[in-house]
Amino acid sequence: MLAAEEYKDIEEKIERGERLTREDGIRLFHCHDIAWLGAMADKVRKRKCGDIVYYNVNCHVNLTNICTSHCKFCAFGRDCDEKGAYEMTKEQALNLVADAMKDPNLAGLHVVSGLHPTWSFDHYLGIVKAIHETYPQLYMKGFTGVEITHFAQISGLSVEEVLIRLRDEGGLQAIAGGGAEILSDRVRDELCPNKATADEWLEVARTAHKLGIKSNASMLYGHIETLEERVDHLLRLRELQDETGGFQTFICFPFLPKNTELGRKIKQTSHWDDLRTMAISRLMLDNFTNIKAYWVMLTVPVAQVALGFGANDIDGTVHKETILHDAGAESPTSLSEDKIIRIIREAGRIPAACDCNFNILRKFA
Amino acid sequence: MEKIKLARIKAAAGERLTLADALALYEDNDLLFLAKCARRMKEAKSGKKVFYTVNRHINLTNICSANCPLCAFQVKDGDKRGFVLETDDVAKILDSAKELKNLSEIHIVSALHPDKDFAYYKNIVRQVRAALPEADVKAFTPVEIVNFAKISGKSILEVLTELKEAGLDSLPGGGAEILSDRVREIICPKKATTAEWLDVMRTAHKLGIRTNASIMYGHVETIEERLQHLITLRDLQDETHGFQAFMLFPFHPANTELGEEQSLKRVGSWEDMKMLALSRLILDNFDHIKAFWIMLTMPIAQLALGFGADDLDGTIGEEKIIHAAGAQTNTGITRTDLERFIRETGYEPVQRDTFYREVQP
Repeated sequence: MLAAEEYKDIEEKIERGERLTREDGIRLFHCHDIAWLGAMADKVRKRKCGDIVYYNVNCHVNLTNICTSHCKFCAFGRDCDEKGAYEMTKEQALNLVADAMKDPNLAGLHVVSGLHPTWSFDHYLGIVKAIHETYPQLYMKGFTGVEITHFAQISGLSVEEVLIRLRDEGGLQAIAGGGAEILSDRVRDELCPNKATADEWLEVARTAHKLGIKSNASMLYGHIETLEERVDHLLRLRELQDETGGFQTFICFPFLPKNTELGRKIKQTSHWDDLRTMAISRLMLDNFTNIKAYWVMLTVPVAQVALGFGANDIDGTVHKETILHDAGAESPTSLSEDKIIRIIREAGRIPAACDCNFNILRKFA
Repeated sequence: MEKIKLARIKAAAGERLTLADALALYEDNDLLFLAKCARRMKEAKSGKKVFYTVNRHINLTNICSANCPLCAFQVKDGDKRGFVLETDDVAKILDSAKELKNLSEIHIVSALHPDKDFAYYKNIVRQVRAALPEADVKAFTPVEIVNFAKISGKSILEVLTELKEAGLDSLPGGGAEILSDRVREIICPKKATTAEWLDVMRTAHKLGIRTNASIMYGHVETIEERLQHLITLRDLQDETHGFQAFMLFPFHPANTELGEEQSLKRVGSWEDMKMLALSRLILDNFDHIKAFWIMLTMPIAQLALGFGADDLDGTIGEEKIIHAAGAQTNTGITRTDLERFIRETGYEPVQRDTFYREVQP
């Protein structure tokens, strides 16, 4: 059970800072010694990014949940005429941000939405532009590789042109990490055939990085993927990161089955799986600086413990999360900055509020 | 050598830790290092086994004369929420307990009722013993035993002897809170003192009654008091070897006077896991560390198996005390779920009785 002997070769590689192979990754997924995995990931975390834990004071803006993609793991997307479907007007979006602005520390926005069947790219851009022009002091992070691929398809523009317009007109400073799911066409064909393919998702990230726009990456696990596919997913991200260096942070999303089509067949991952996946991600993604423990999905207690399993980023205050709460997330829909600071401090680390590009805004040594 | 270096060497080797070592490790806050060491000690003691039991909790009454500020369960006499189970009520519970396959333990913990005499409690033990001759009766914390001595004018030894004759097998570990009279003055001034709690345990162990032990942390105690509590338990264990398992209760401040007056917040899961691992390491003469899932929630209790715990307690029906303090867990779990959780960690589920003898499910 104790990993010391069986995994000695991997431990030595980690000590030397050597890159782990696909086989190493698969072996790690068969290791039951979670304390050892955590200790290894924690060692790498310390070496790569020290004791600071990043968080944002942010507000999530989900413009619409009407979506043509119909991904089987999603509880957020709706058809136009479905109960609970909504679309925000420009005014409503501005009101949401105005409400979030009551927090004097609000630093920025995270804008992610459904693929609306009739909204044009200009419509999305128009709303973001209005927000950006009204609140230029807020950082603008948003749109996943899936949305950007969709914008290119509906507008006839290239991915690069879409990104340039979002940056120059909408103030976009960084791209959200969602929509990567598992970068395997076998998995995507089964779960989300109507949206960006693995290659398309990676191409958006590559193009953004070339334009100097940083992006995040993620993995949605705990559904139909095999452990090998998890490792391959991490390797594809690592490969692109070698090429561009444009990924900022990596986020593990455990699949939340409630209210999803797929959830009728699949049980939610255990936190045991969540933490080992976090640790293995930290170990495999040796060219990523940051690993995020997204408390909305993991729950606050697990996100806190995840700080010992390789994470150095705990996401943000969020201000009314909706996408995952539709899937039965049992965490609160927002966290106060005080609570985030307390959680980080209890873990013996240094809380630092940052913007969407990990520039430190305030640090609490 | 630097204090912390020495403490880490000792922890890694599974050697006995002093209070100074424990404090250094606490301050060091290297959670995963502690987990690695604790896991090693767990595997040295119980190998791959993780124990659970099929048990049933009975809380006889919530009407309490102690009125501890730390408690959300107790109510004063005359309160609408108050209840007392009489013989008939207990008989009904025992009837339903009989239906449980492989039931191996009845766990009885209650408030200090102002009017019930010792005979009432003794009769309940007889009743349980008679109804379920195969089940172990684990009943009454030292706090209750001290109360029985007071209300009956008998000595602790007499009370325990009579209960043993009535059919009592073991004592649960509750009521220890923090074994410091400074702390007890604040959180539970009207119940058993440190010396009394320890005296009950010592006497029980001498009579061959095995017991558990516990800690309730995360309220007004200092870290030194918290760690000294563990050393105090270890000292008594050296003397008697009567403790079986140790469990940790993080303080749930909701609905308690203490939580409100001192504006206490529930400590985080980081602290829970750290205390668990540290307890495993400090209590080197305890065989078992229990992750009481009803307090921690099942998903977190599963994680605890990576931090030194080797026991998940039971498939409990109707827990009332902790839920009164806002615990969000279900009040029961099935054997299938429990075993699935254990297997996922690479450990083997073992159904046990009160004395950690294996039971074939």
